[in-house]
Amino acid sequence: MASTIRIKAVASGDATTVQSLIRHPMDSGFVKDKKTGKPIPAHFIEVLNFEHGGKTVFTAFWGPAVSKDPYVKFKFKGGKKGDELKISWVDNKGQSDSLVAKIR
Amino acid sequence: MYEFSDAPNMARRTILKGAVAGGLAGLTGLGLSSFPFPAYAAADAKEWPADAFKQKSEADVLKALYGKTAEASDKISLDAPEIAENGAVVPIAVSSTLPNVTGIAILVLNNPNVLAAAYKIPAGTEALASNRLKMAKTSKVVAVMESNGKLYSASKQVKVTVGGCGG
Repeated sequence: MASTIRIKAVASGDATTVQSLIRHPMDSGFVKDKKTGKPIPAHFIEVLNFEHGGKTVFTAFWGPAVSKDPYVKFKFKGGKKGDELKISWVDNKGQSDSLVAKIR
Repeated sequence: MYEFSDAPNMARRTILKGAVAGGLAGLTGLGLSSFPFPAYAAADAKEWPADAFKQKSEADVLKALYGKTAEASDKISLDAPEIAENGAVVPIAVSSTLPNVTGIAILVLNNPNVLAAAYKIPAGTEALASNRLKMAKTSKVVAVMESNGKLYSASKQVKVTVGGCGG
């Protein structure tokens, strides 16, 4: 299966700009299923972690108010072109995914 | 209900495929790096601040997350639309010129649970975060930054024409 994580990390000067898009329903638990009328249980990413050179550079804690197929952008110093960036997430049902990408 | 469309991203997905393949090949090597940290710091659900995400007011969220209150600051920039046509996807970006920012929180005061997202900012990472949030109705959005151990905040009213929490 294709990864749920899409990432673009670009180094410019001493800063690396990271943009990531993750495929996830991010169900809030407040929405009813149109066919059954029953609420769709909450299903959302709780923790998203970015690591560079063995060190965490950014951690997101998300609640159900983050939009479906979440997007996030941040910037960190110390990354170089060709370096590896490891991304991982875990959701409230214990599902998870991870990916190692190269900084461009 | 708004549906996220993949179509405009198809081109980009194709471009990214190469990067993804390269990344997977590198996976084996990464776990072996010698650091005083665990082999790698994967996302850990135990770190998730469950209590903060249950709170119904700004004060209670900040108490649960940081154990203190925030003062208003003009050094925080909160970029959000004046009017959000679709409450399911409201782009919100925050950044700051405050020194030594270690944490960022974004709150939507009229949502069922006020805290939308919180970010941990290690040394070397800029005081900046951009994301997309759901808004149930028109609300004040508050950005909070922890700088040198103190909390600062900025807010902006965002008008929502179609709420993002109904079905």
